[in-house]
Amino acid sequence: MRITCPCCGPRDLREFSYRGAASDLDRPAADAPPEDWHAYLHLRDNPAGVTRDLWYHELGCASWLVVTRNTVTHEILSCEMARDVAREAAR
Amino acid sequence: MRFSAWQLLKEGLTGNKGWGAHWRDPEPKPAYDVLIIGGGGHGLATAYYLAKEHGITNVAVLEKGYIGGGNVGRNTTIVRANYGLPGNSEFYSHSLKLWEGLEADLNYNVMHSQRGIINLFHSDGARDAAARRGNAMINQGDDAVLLDRDGVRAMLPYLDYENIRFPVYGGLYHARGGTARHDAVAWGFARGADQRGVDLIQNCEVTGIDVEQGRVTGVQTTRGAIKANKVAMVTAGRSGQVAAMAGMRLPIESHILQAFVTEGLKPCIDTVITFGMGHFYISQSDKGGLVFGGDLDFYASYAARGNLPQAEHVMEAAMTLMPMIGKARVLRSWGGIMDMSPDGSPIIDTTHIDGLFLNCGWCYGGFKAVPGSGNVTAHLIATGRPHEAATKYRLDRFATGIGLMDEEGTGSQHNLH
Repeated sequence: MRITCPCCGPRDLREFSYRGAASDLDRPAADAPPEDWHAYLHLRDNPAGVTRDLWYHELGCASWLVVTRNTVTHEILSCEMARDVAREAAR
Repeated sequence: MRFSAWQLLKEGLTGNKGWGAHWRDPEPKPAYDVLIIGGGGHGLATAYYLAKEHGITNVAVLEKGYIGGGNVGRNTTIVRANYGLPGNSEFYSHSLKLWEGLEADLNYNVMHSQRGIINLFHSDGARDAAARRGNAMINQGDDAVLLDRDGVRAMLPYLDYENIRFPVYGGLYHARGGTARHDAVAWGFARGADQRGVDLIQNCEVTGIDVEQGRVTGVQTTRGAIKANKVAMVTAGRSGQVAAMAGMRLPIESHILQAFVTEGLKPCIDTVITFGMGHFYISQSDKGGLVFGGDLDFYASYAARGNLPQAEHVMEAAMTLMPMIGKARVLRSWGGIMDMSPDGSPIIDTTHIDGLFLNCGWCYGGFKAVPGSGNVTAHLIATGRPHEAATKYRLDRFATGIGLMDEEGTGSQHNLH
């Protein structure tokens, strides 16, 4: 399992730390109901198959990344800058 | 058939032809009183205690693979009751008491061995924490002894006591802790449930959960539809997929936990040893293999295998703690799928759907919990009320923030356990 960082190229897994599902980018509004905040903080789709999660390139360029990968085979399908994903979602 | 010394002698003298299958292989009936999804340790124990304690025998356990083929067949077999937090402590205490009577109860040798467990500590602060935990264990009627460095050295002379970073200050010794033979635990509960009339249905994958007007009415499976007014989801790492069939999202992320075993060696480690600072724990199986493991790989996974960085980390910790282990050869490694909850503690509760029960979130604490979990889940299914030893494993604790059980003290967040 090697992650290809958009900045740094293919790198060893040990350079990255894992945060969790990329749903962390979909932060509810400050005045959203408690149910939305509970879902955001705790509930997960947790798919067996393709998932998107957040990784931090701690020992590299210090970018936050959205990695699309398969949780059953450990295949990495794509890796994007979290910043770009967040900006795209905001449009 | 009951196992006994007389039976053993008789079979031994007559060619061992009389041993039959330990459980039947029945076709699923169209309807049952209770369905249990998942034929692992927890599901089988739930079925057993439903039949034994509550007289509910019209029960089917639905297993997509084979009995004992999931996490109960791929763990590191440790049994203990040394938890510190209210909620966890009484539950694991309850479970350990069930372990202590389990073999006589099941008429089955699960090789439960109370060889003791030592949690090492490496600083004054950690000693104080161990003392506090030990006192809490004693207060609830369990056992704990605080060992100083010489006390640990007398029992474990082969550790590296002079390690610069993690000098051994002592250990919390829990003499009633130990190990059990994981497969035999599954087989013993399966046989006990089957003998009381429970149908164990293998190669039967649940593909849908039927809900009408807020009540569960049955399930769809690869072997046909089965009706029941009570359905329990006891599917460990796959909890999320099963709950999704009932339209639920769970506070669970599935992670991989690796374990390792060496070639068989002469007896050299006669307790369970945990080295928390290095994320390493070890015991020796009755076959002689050193069984050891460490921390999660720390990313969501269903692969049932891990990656090399964590394997290397575990080996480093092993060499740090007991340099002699470098002479042993690692025979194999494997991974289990852990259903990680945000606070690291399990969930045993009813759901918003009448008759649908949930048992999940065991993280890496599931094996020692097998009898306790089955016992309290059966109680919940039979009576509708939580067992007194499991009142705090509520599904809503994350939504309300009341009663979170963060045993590690690392925070209630998915990537921290």
